[in-house]
Amino acid sequence: MAKIRPSLFLERKSYRQRRVRDAARLMPFLGALLWGVPVLWAPPGPYGISTSKAMLYIFGVWLGLVLISLALSRWLEPDADTEPTEGN
Amino acid sequence: MGALNLLVAVCLGYVAMLFLVAFMAERAAARGRGGWLRSPVVYTLSLSIYCTAWTFYGAVGYAARSGLEYLTIYIGPTLVMLGWWWGLRKLVRIGRTQRITSIADLISSRYGKSNSLAVFVTIVAVIGTTPYIALQLQSVTSSFSSFALYDPSVRQIGDSDATALWVAAGLALFTVLFGTRNLDANERHHGVVMAIAVEAVVKLFALVAVGVFVVWGVGGGVSETLARIDASDIGQWQMHNGRWAALIFLSAAAFLTLPRMFQVLVVENDDENHLRTASWAFPTYLMLMSLFVVPIAVTGLELMPKGSNPDQFVLTVPLSQGRDGLAMLSFLGGFSSATSMVIVAAIALSTMVSNHIVMPIWLTLTGGGAMISGDVRHVVLLARRMSIAGVLALGYLYYRFSGGGAALASIGLISFAGVAQFLPPLMGGIFWRGATRLGALAGLVVGFVIWVYSLLLPSFGPSLFMSAEILAHGPLGIGWLRPQALFGIGGMNPLVHTVMWSLLLNSVVFVVVSLATFPKPMERLQGAQFVNVFQHSGNPQGWSGGIAQSEDLMVMAQRILGAVEAQSFFQREAATQGLAGYLPEPSPEFLQRLERELSGSVGAATAHAMVGQIMGRATVSVEDLLAVADETAQMMEYSSQLEAKSAELTRTARQLRAANEKLTQLSVQKDAFLSQISHELRTPMTSIRSFSEILRDADGLSEAELDKYAGIIHSEAIRLTRLLDDLLDLSVLENGQVSLNMQHGNLSEVIEHAVNATGVQTAGLRMVRVRALENIPIFTDLDRLAQVFINLIANAQKYCDAEHPNLAIRVTRRDGYLLVDFVDNGSGIPSDSQALIFEKFSRISDQKKAGGAGLGLAICREIMARLDGAISYLPGQGGAAFRVSLPMKAAKAAE
Amino acid sequence: MGKHVLVIEDEPNIIEAISFILSRDGWRVDTHSNGHDAVSVVNAKSPDLVILDVMLPGRSGYDILSDLREADRTRELPVLMLTARGQSKDREMAQKIGASRFMTKPFSNAEVLEVVRQLVP
Repeated sequence: MAKIRPSLFLERKSYRQRRVRDAARLMPFLGALLWGVPVLWAPPGPYGISTSKAMLYIFGVWLGLVLISLALSRWLEPDADTEPTEGN
Repeated sequence: MGALNLLVAVCLGYVAMLFLVAFMAERAAARGRGGWLRSPVVYTLSLSIYCTAWTFYGAVGYAARSGLEYLTIYIGPTLVMLGWWWGLRKLVRIGRTQRITSIADLISSRYGKSNSLAVFVTIVAVIGTTPYIALQLQSVTSSFSSFALYDPSVRQIGDSDATALWVAAGLALFTVLFGTRNLDANERHHGVVMAIAVEAVVKLFALVAVGVFVVWGVGGGVSETLARIDASDIGQWQMHNGRWAALIFLSAAAFLTLPRMFQVLVVENDDENHLRTASWAFPTYLMLMSLFVVPIAVTGLELMPKGSNPDQFVLTVPLSQGRDGLAMLSFLGGFSSATSMVIVAAIALSTMVSNHIVMPIWLTLTGGGAMISGDVRHVVLLARRMSIAGVLALGYLYYRFSGGGAALASIGLISFAGVAQFLPPLMGGIFWRGATRLGALAGLVVGFVIWVYSLLLPSFGPSLFMSAEILAHGPLGIGWLRPQALFGIGGMNPLVHTVMWSLLLNSVVFVVVSLATFPKPMERLQGAQFVNVFQHSGNPQGWSGGIAQSEDLMVMAQRILGAVEAQSFFQREAATQGLAGYLPEPSPEFLQRLERELSGSVGAATAHAMVGQIMGRATVSVEDLLAVADETAQMMEYSSQLEAKSAELTRTARQLRAANEKLTQLSVQKDAFLSQISHELRTPMTSIRSFSEILRDADGLSEAELDKYAGIIHSEAIRLTRLLDDLLDLSVLENGQVSLNMQHGNLSEVIEHAVNATGVQTAGLRMVRVRALENIPIFTDLDRLAQVFINLIANAQKYCDAEHPNLAIRVTRRDGYLLVDFVDNGSGIPSDSQALIFEKFSRISDQKKAGGAGLGLAICREIMARLDGAISYLPGQGGAAFRVSLPMKAAKAAE
Repeated sequence: MGKHVLVIEDEPNIIEAISFILSRDGWRVDTHSNGHDAVSVVNAKSPDLVILDVMLPGRSGYDILSDLREADRTRELPVLMLTARGQSKDREMAQKIGASRFMTKPFSNAEVLEVVRQLVP
């Protein structure tokens, strides 16, 4: 059993890598979705959205996406297109 | 005039600084200390050429007119960068493995190295980029005018056309200087990229500085500014939803397909991992660039008189507040944005124009690919320089004739829509193996025509191409052909209309034609390689192992890559095949690597055509097609293992075959050697015996006859002795029993001695020497070295069959070796004999005038081996060429 | 008008030696020193005897001899072949093609004279 354990660890690590890659792939869709929201906003009028609020929303999304992307790029293995290898 | 002069001075000073930056970067790169030049930060900053003067000036104007819609231009690229794992990573990998030089090169390369496709993409790119360059010229010019407006000493800006002309000429000069310094194998330009990175910092800093001034200096803080925004004309969210989505999509597409973006994203990329940093850093940059746009716009609307140009608010707001320093900084920011875009766009377009249009035409005119005379590199560089000048000239002309009237934003969007037509063939090419050349071409043509018809021509206004009549009722009154309401669907925003129809029909035609046509083998191979670039970065594409003339290939390669690079490339390739010398076997792998090496200089399609010309035919072998047919990953992996093994076996077999061939030849030569020795000894002996019998038996010989016959006996005896001497010399050398007499000396003296000893100067063979280069101290066996030189000179004297024979002696130093080349202008040695000439008794021609017994070169080879050097035949030099190489330590020790 | 011999050989000293020996014996001696046009020279001069070297520049003696043997005019012409490569296979080759006699260099002058006299009595 002792022999299996390191390979279990590797499996888990490569599993984690795959999920990070999935997350990286999802990023543009998340961005498109969030930035698609303004399409639903009401036209100018009593329910209209003020420009300052719109800016806060759009730039807020921007900042959030940048931070997530920063984190993901840290987690991704450098040569992640090949199968993950042992060690860092 | 004071302020204006200052402005010009600042511009010149700034450009001088850029020159310095570019120059230092090039120098550092040349010295191999360029590591820091290629950091992810520099890569990210270089991407900022996306933000041109259109962004710098235009975004504020855009915001002043249409509120937050300007953000779409930045959101699109942000989404692309966030999704780098999907597309960009693949593009960059393909660009690196295939040595792609431009977007036209990528598309042509993917679809079977088709030159027609490359030409079309190039033309579309030039048409699409020209207005954009005009836009940059216009923005620099109008920023000059804005300054003039606030300078009471200047009545009116002198002549804005002249300003634009000066700017265009200056930019052309800079681009030529740093964009075409060398024909870099990878088309990377360290100096330019560094200069652009500096400009990126300047423009961001300038815009942020103006923003900070507006928010805190004029507006009185964040909350106050937000309140002012809401109170302004653009205080409410107001969006044409179709435009919001279409523009985000359009800017994302343009980010990938603009020639200049492709240049910095893919071609100039040095390390795939830089994308990892850029994936979050570039969106940050875009965010900062767009953050202060609305505050500046709102402040401008409030402060500036009605009717002033909102595109110039970035400049005029600080000027109106008396902040001349800030205005100057802002001016430099705009100047940076304009110049960096124009420089990179000109480089990218000139590469495309010269590789895909000028070079193919030139090659056809000069009688075809390989056998052209002269150094092709000069032609390529000249073509690039002319193209750069041409591209800028086009931009200038467009500026002159469009009158610079339209708002900045609309010109930019027209360009975007034009280059976005590349998106279907680009994405289809890297994700779908079924995409074919005809599909790509058909789709592109359809998209391009719609774009020209419905967007580009109407943009010139009703007076030039499209009359109001056509716009309202369609050409010849055909309603469904109305340019801005195709197929009878009217009421759409013109831009959205064009983007939708052109890209939709482009994609549909692309897919349908691709499905209906059958790709050529080369297309299928390239398709498999592009789509599966991560599975096999190896290379199953290529040439069939036909009989190509390696020597012809070398002649061609020398003209494109330069002699030094080509020779070392061929030598390396020969070594990996286990062969000595400069001529590798024309295996498919070798040809492919050669083609790729060449394509870095002249583009894939041209390189393919040139190699094809020498190979005789461009075919793909059955094995190559099998590699394409393998669909499953398992098969891929298994076959790649087999491939590695079989490659190894092939290599071993080739080495064995070479060894066996040599052994067989040696044994044949052994027989021939005995027979030759017999012949060489018996011939003089016949004369000796015959005449000695005559002297003994014949009566009544005259005094003259006696003298003559004794003389013959004597000279034939000497001939015998010489032959025996040579044989002994060779045997001693071969057995390594020779003792060397190492001495200090000078190469020029040894050559001089050899030339005198052969007496060629009186005998009609003209010597071509550069004495200054020969002055090198050496430490070796001078007599033995002279013996080698004498042999080579005497050979040239005997065998050079040119009408006016000459022999060039060239001395160079390379890789720790002193190289002395002896090149004559005769017909040279046929390549099938080149391997044999250093063997004993291997006179190529059967001519007796050779005099010696055919041992000379064999002795030379042994001598050079004893001196730790070598002598080899150097193919592809025009005549017979021998290279004597001597280790440099032999030269060093003498110093 | 003595008997007429044509010596086809490329070593000038050997030509000189053979010419000397034969002219002393009363022969009229013509010489020729390359293989290209040897056959036409034989036809032009129509000698009584040809002395032919094997290793000639341009064309080998064997090729020249087989051409001579194929033409009616020269089928019976006496030809003495000389070679410096005295291996037995050279002798066999010469006989197969139809050389009248075959001699290995170096030869003795007396031997040459004797053979020549036998061939053209």
